[in-house]
Amino acid sequence: MTASGTPASTGPASIPHLDVDPFDMTFFADPYPAHQLLREAGPVVYLDKWNVYGVARYAEVHAVLNDPATFCSSRGVGLSDFKKETPWRPPSLILEADPPAHTRTRAVLSKVLSPTAMKQVRDRFAAAAEQRVDALIEMRSFDAIADLAEAYPLSIFPDALGLKPEGREHLIPYASVVFNAFGPPNELRQEAIARSAPHQAYVAEQCQRDNLAPGGFGACIHARVDDGEITATEAPLLVRSLLSAGLDTTVNGIGAAVYCLARFPDQWQRLRDDLTLARNAFEEAVRFESPVQTFFRTTTRDVELSGARIGEGEKVLMFLAAANRDPRRWDKPDSYDVTRRTSGHVGFGSGIHMCVGQLVARLEGEVMLTALARRVAKIEITGEPKRRFNNTLRGLDSLPVTITPA
Amino acid sequence: MPAITFIHPDGKSERVETASGESAMQAATRHGLDGILAECGGNAMCATCHVYVDESWLARLPAMADDEDALLDGTASERRPASRLSCQIKVTPELDGLIVRLPERQV
Ligand code: HEM
Ligand code: FES
Repeated sequence: MTASGTPASTGPASIPHLDVDPFDMTFFADPYPAHQLLREAGPVVYLDKWNVYGVARYAEVHAVLNDPATFCSSRGVGLSDFKKETPWRPPSLILEADPPAHTRTRAVLSKVLSPTAMKQVRDRFAAAAEQRVDALIEMRSFDAIADLAEAYPLSIFPDALGLKPEGREHLIPYASVVFNAFGPPNELRQEAIARSAPHQAYVAEQCQRDNLAPGGFGACIHARVDDGEITATEAPLLVRSLLSAGLDTTVNGIGAAVYCLARFPDQWQRLRDDLTLARNAFEEAVRFESPVQTFFRTTTRDVELSGARIGEGEKVLMFLAAANRDPRRWDKPDSYDVTRRTSGHVGFGSGIHMCVGQLVARLEGEVMLTALARRVAKIEITGEPKRRFNNTLRGLDSLPVTITPA
Repeated sequence: MPAITFIHPDGKSERVETASGESAMQAATRHGLDGILAECGGNAMCATCHVYVDESWLARLPAMADDEDALLDGTASERRPASRLSCQIKVTPELDGLIVRLPERQV
């Protein structure tokens, strides 16, 4: 990985060209040195491997996220430009949409996943977290990914959506396809899409009104059709957004939190001493590990960003994870601190597309960490953690641990 | 620039200068004020930027939108007639001197 100072175009400032491939296995294995290189090379860089611009500093990532008129989502938030290529699936009506279309669909999901809706599911989510911890204490030694980070959201989220019990094994593989598909046409993406047909069929079917139990998030979305807020053809696609983005993200979020707390016993102790830190301990894990590493935007016009000129129709890759550890913005960015003032991190994005499911994620994280910290004295990593590779998501495949009950 | 006074539940008050176009929430978080959490970054999603607007100012604020009204039903501390979300209060010159009280809790 080298930075050459070749001027990109006739721009006012020269844009450094880097030969970093941020979708390569070696990058995924340890992204931090490359994140630093990307941040330090300049406010805007150009990645020759995929012919895209990149921003890795907090200020520029934040600026791009908060200027959706210039940096749009409707041409895809992955590498593929929907204006030039046919999307692999019908585009999302929220993630891959711009105002005013986005404003309307966003309002629907915001209501379905509002603080009031969270109050209704909170007790159920908390009880399931206690049950999960019961089972883990029974096991003592287990895989913190399969038995905790996956098992817990799987025990509540599909039910909260109102999904049928059959076929749920498609959920995580489907999400893995979705998040791989944001990446470039590398092996991860091509293989994922090639194997996606059965998962897509399952998801399309479950998004239909008749397949969603009354009272669940899915049924609540369909109920908005009756109020005229969305059409009957839009509703299933909005349910699909929750199926795509609502499970694997929290698996990686909870996995990140447990991995942090197992690696940094002093932080685990602070959490145990004050359980009210649980919500922030989860939030800090989302900053520190950034389960969603990157998203793209496409420029709608010629624009100058921090002195760098970018033409119309260019893809800009935002390194959320690098922004979340930018020393320009964060004190001791590489330490995990459960008492950190995390407000402003971009792990959930920022601006109009900022994660609409953030309250669900935080609720799951908070009740799970509270239950764990109350009942478990110690978490020890007992084997080599294995990484799971995905073009967008960062997380582990397995994390062998042994716990000591409190 | 207009300034806002935040009064903490213990009675301590903090005066915060705002920058042009900012919301009351943005001014508070930019100054690192305790008591405004603003988890959702001003997206009218989290209700963790809840404030009680001083009686004398209440009528001078622009009316709230439906989504703010709905969100206020989900606040951690009780909703009162003076409840507003500080991320939805855009600070204009007319609001110079605005006084708001912070609730006991935001989550
Ligand atoms: C720790 C867990 C999670 C992380 C790290 C995460 C991250 C993100 C990020 C970074 C975005 C911004 C996308 C952009 O700007 O283009 C986003 C948007 C979104 N998320 Fe999440 N998310 C999480 C959990 C969830 C959950 C639980 C749900 C559903 C219940 C969800 C549904 C969505 C949807 C529908 C959007 C699109 C919003 C829009 O475009 O307005 N996410 N998420
Ligand atoms: S900051 Fe979240 S509602 Fe105001």
